[in-house]
Amino acid sequence: MANEPGLSQPLGAHTPGNAELGGHTLKFSGDWILAHYSALDRQATALKARAAGCNPDFSGLGRLDTAGASLMVKLLGSDALISALERAELPNEQRALIQAVSEAMNQPSAEVATVNPVVAFLAETGKKVTSLGQLIWLLAGFIGQTLGTLFYILPRPNRWRWTPFVAALHDTGLNALPIVALLTFLVGAVVAFLGATVLEDFGATIYTVDLVAFSFLREFGVLLAAILLAGRTASAFTAQIGAMKVNEELDAIRTLGLNPVELLVVPRVLAMMFSLPILTFIGMISGMVGGAMVCALALDIPPSQFIAIVERDIALKHFLVGLGKAPVFAFLIAVIGCLEGFKVAGSAQSVGEHTTSSVVQSIFMVILLDSVAALFFMEMGW
Amino acid sequence: MADHPVIQVRALDNRFGSHIVHEKLDLDLYPREILGVVGGSGTGKSVLLRSIVGLNPPSGGHITVFGEDLTELSATERSRYEQRFGVLFQGGALFTSLNLEQNIALPLIEHARLSRAEAEELARMKLALTGLPPEAAKKYPAELSGGMVKRAALARALALDPEILFLDEPTAGLDPIGAAAFDELIVTLRNALGLTVFLVTHDLDTLYTTCDRVAVLSQRKVLVADTLEKVAQTDDRWIQDYFHGPRGRAAIAAHNRLTEQEPG
Ligand SMILES: Nc1ncnc2c1ncn2[C@@H]1O[C@H](COP(=O)(O)OP(=O)(O)O)[C@@H](O)[C@H]1O
Ligand SMILES: [Mg+2]
Repeated sequence: MANEPGLSQPLGAHTPGNAELGGHTLKFSGDWILAHYSALDRQATALKARAAGCNPDFSGLGRLDTAGASLMVKLLGSDALISALERAELPNEQRALIQAVSEAMNQPSAEVATVNPVVAFLAETGKKVTSLGQLIWLLAGFIGQTLGTLFYILPRPNRWRWTPFVAALHDTGLNALPIVALLTFLVGAVVAFLGATVLEDFGATIYTVDLVAFSFLREFGVLLAAILLAGRTASAFTAQIGAMKVNEELDAIRTLGLNPVELLVVPRVLAMMFSLPILTFIGMISGMVGGAMVCALALDIPPSQFIAIVERDIALKHFLVGLGKAPVFAFLIAVIGCLEGFKVAGSAQSVGEHTTSSVVQSIFMVILLDSVAALFFMEMGW
Repeated sequence: MADHPVIQVRALDNRFGSHIVHEKLDLDLYPREILGVVGGSGTGKSVLLRSIVGLNPPSGGHITVFGEDLTELSATERSRYEQRFGVLFQGGALFTSLNLEQNIALPLIEHARLSRAEAEELARMKLALTGLPPEAAKKYPAELSGGMVKRAALARALALDPEILFLDEPTAGLDPIGAAAFDELIVTLRNALGLTVFLVTHDLDTLYTTCDRVAVLSQRKVLVADTLEKVAQTDDRWIQDYFHGPRGRAAIAAHNRLTEQEPG
């Protein structure tokens, strides 16, 4: 009855296992189960050297599970244990278990190569550098692929995919609208406050209007909208496509003779290129509204005067410069988001890593490109 | 079976919206038996398994496990009972960001309080026990074939030496030799560890070689649950097609050949 690994036994009611060396026999007693693994393991390690070649005696053995059996194998070696089993007094079930565990452990263990830390560091550095190069290379290739597919599809209206396009437009444009409007409104108010404080010393608070209008038309409208979409939408694209990759859905698309770039990337890129200019426009307006509000409340410049100054001082080209950047940013954000999704490799962790990477990359690219554009426009006198 | 059932399902209802999966379903699982659960695709075998292990709160009815209704226990008490379950999910459900060794070591470290080195050593033994080669221990789930994922998932289900093992189509996707070894392993483990096994399968060979009883899920409930011979004789269209169709006949023939070869 002691050998019955019964379910009826309450949890915790067992005697710890023990191994005792007497002459040429190794006597096992008590329960050799997972609950006592650590203690049994210490005992096994201590006895191991002297136990080789001994005869096991299982007569006092209580319960046994795979963890306990593996320690017996560790103690006696699998060959010795298997041959001893033939002669041993043991219930058939436990014999079968020890047999199965011994056979399983009888395989050569895998060699783990140890690496010199200096070499490892150098290798890691090398990997980082080449992966940076590869990143740029891949991005350039993917941009080319996307543009190629785009120009192939554009003259073929029967291949336009309206449903995913409209869905992406809804998600990236309409759903992002409130947050973009609120954010730019607040930043507009902040810029107006800053301007008011600094310009007051020169008695030129009236120029706060120009400051707000200039900054939002040329830079802040598009930059804030783009950064928001980079955080909101690039990450969503990466996660969506990455999850499809993990699930082999991308492979399924390919084997069905379809093109994942055409099916997944082009609608998203086009939707972004539509929605970012609209969001930019909304951002410019609500930033200026925020500025106008501060002007009205803190500087006694009524909205009508605000509008009059904007009309008088600000040329149309500033608006066009700001708006013109939007489709380019949108293209980059969408392409980076999708590409990172394609790079996901089969694990949940990888989805997370690439989502982070897509947000960081797209924000970085937007700001980098914006500063290059600012230099360019300044030199051109636009 | 004079024993008290370890799992008792009574009048279980499960529905998703208007879609009724189970209605007044009764099922008993007795200690140390291997119960095969069969049924057409979509008859709710996986949902039944998920309900029993507590992942899918039933819409109605009672499930008692070890004499306790799990839905009425506190979270810590539940966790104690859940450690006595081992579950192999249909898709494997290995943690994709851990390698195999770490996948299996995780419950050992968390629940059995082993050190990482001890846990990983034990994990390698479990992997070997399920028939995986030693070099697989350092691999990640994405690098494995479907059959290897199944084996690794079994190894994780066995990590804590559970008392009840739930297997959802364990041999689906294995090669026939691997599937036969898998069947044999389950029987060995049941005999040695006194496991109770809830085995969802479509594999007739598995039913014939491993199962003590078979439960047939059909028409939203357990149509019959009895020994294979009795179930195979039940007068029901689906059961007749299942056991006496071409594959069923082949499995019976194979089984008879096997039992003739090894008398006793
Ligand atoms: N989370 C869920 N939501 C809605 N329906 C579900 C859900 N899970 C399962 N079902 C439905 O329940 C039924 C049984 O599913 P399942 O148990 O997976 O079948 P099988 O017997 O093949 O394992 C199916 O019709 C499935 O559509
Ligand atoms: Mg299923």
